Amino acid sequence: MAVCVAVIGKENYPLYLRTVSPEEELKFHYTVHTSLDVVEEKVSSLTKSSNDPRELYLGLLYPTEDYKVYGYVTNSKIKFVIVVESANTALRDNEIRTMFRKLHVAYTDMFCNPFYNPGENITSRRFEEAIQTQEIVNA
Amino acid sequence: MADVESLFEFVHMEIVAYFLNKPGKNVDNDVIQNLERLGFGVGQRLVERFTKDSGRFKDELEIMKYICKDFWTAVYKKQIDNLRTNHQGTYVLQDNNFQLLTQMSDGKQYTEDAPKFLAFPCGLIRGALSNLGLSCSVSADVLSMPKCKFQIVIPKS
Repeated sequence: MAVCVAVIGKENYPLYLRTVSPEEELKFHYTVHTSLDVVEEKVSSLTKSSNDPRELYLGLLYPTEDYKVYGYVTNSKIKFVIVVESANTALRDNEIRTMFRKLHVAYTDMFCNPFYNPGENITSRRFEEAIQTQEIVNA
Repeated sequence: MADVESLFEFVHMEIVAYFLNKPGKNVDNDVIQNLERLGFGVGQRLVERFTKDSGRFKDELEIMKYICKDFWTAVYKKQIDNLRTNHQGTYVLQDNNFQLLTQMSDGKQYTEDAPKFLAFPCGLIRGALSNLGLSCSVSADVLSMPKCKFQIVIPKS
């Protein structure tokens, strides 16, 4: 299970951020924001090399002492970032991948709501529930 | 199962008719703008859904190919017949038998009304491209009745 999930818009502003404990939210805002440079780097290096795997999942962005940060970018340039505790070694790459898939599905479902304006903060209750029930982040 | 394509076709006809008969200011351009805006929203959402499982696009041309093949097939059940580009941001997509025009006479009779039926598709393309990160302008022309051309211009920064 992750400690933080974030959805970042096209122009690199946060659309959604959820942490396990609300007190740490600011800290994770900072962590997520720092990871955007790495995301940018990975995406541009992927598009330049010709034999790219062309996957939406970017893998581990960078590890810190306490956390590991993973990234995912959709075709519409929406970034998903998941932060996992480094101590949590039970989580495999594959599980992170499925977490991103679920997150992406939840996001597209939310996006297809006709009352949602692209670029707005995500306030959908269903999106929130999807994140909780699928145990991406459980507060 | 019922014919799903005709469902969309009928709804689209009603939407065009609705905007045309809307009370109040009814300048021709206004109708087209409204339809275009509607298409934009739909295009954005469609593309978000359709590209969920496809790989990342390498460049502009690849996005265009995607629009011509997969996107067009998903919406209009056929591919674009001809894609041309000057490699400087202008693309011309030609459809020789455009779904929303096939039911009209192929003479000159309805040529005037045709642009109203192309505003929504224009918006659709623009919305799709904008969500894939290309802001552009899209315009449409009717050549001879079921044949039409969409011109996409991506301004170079």
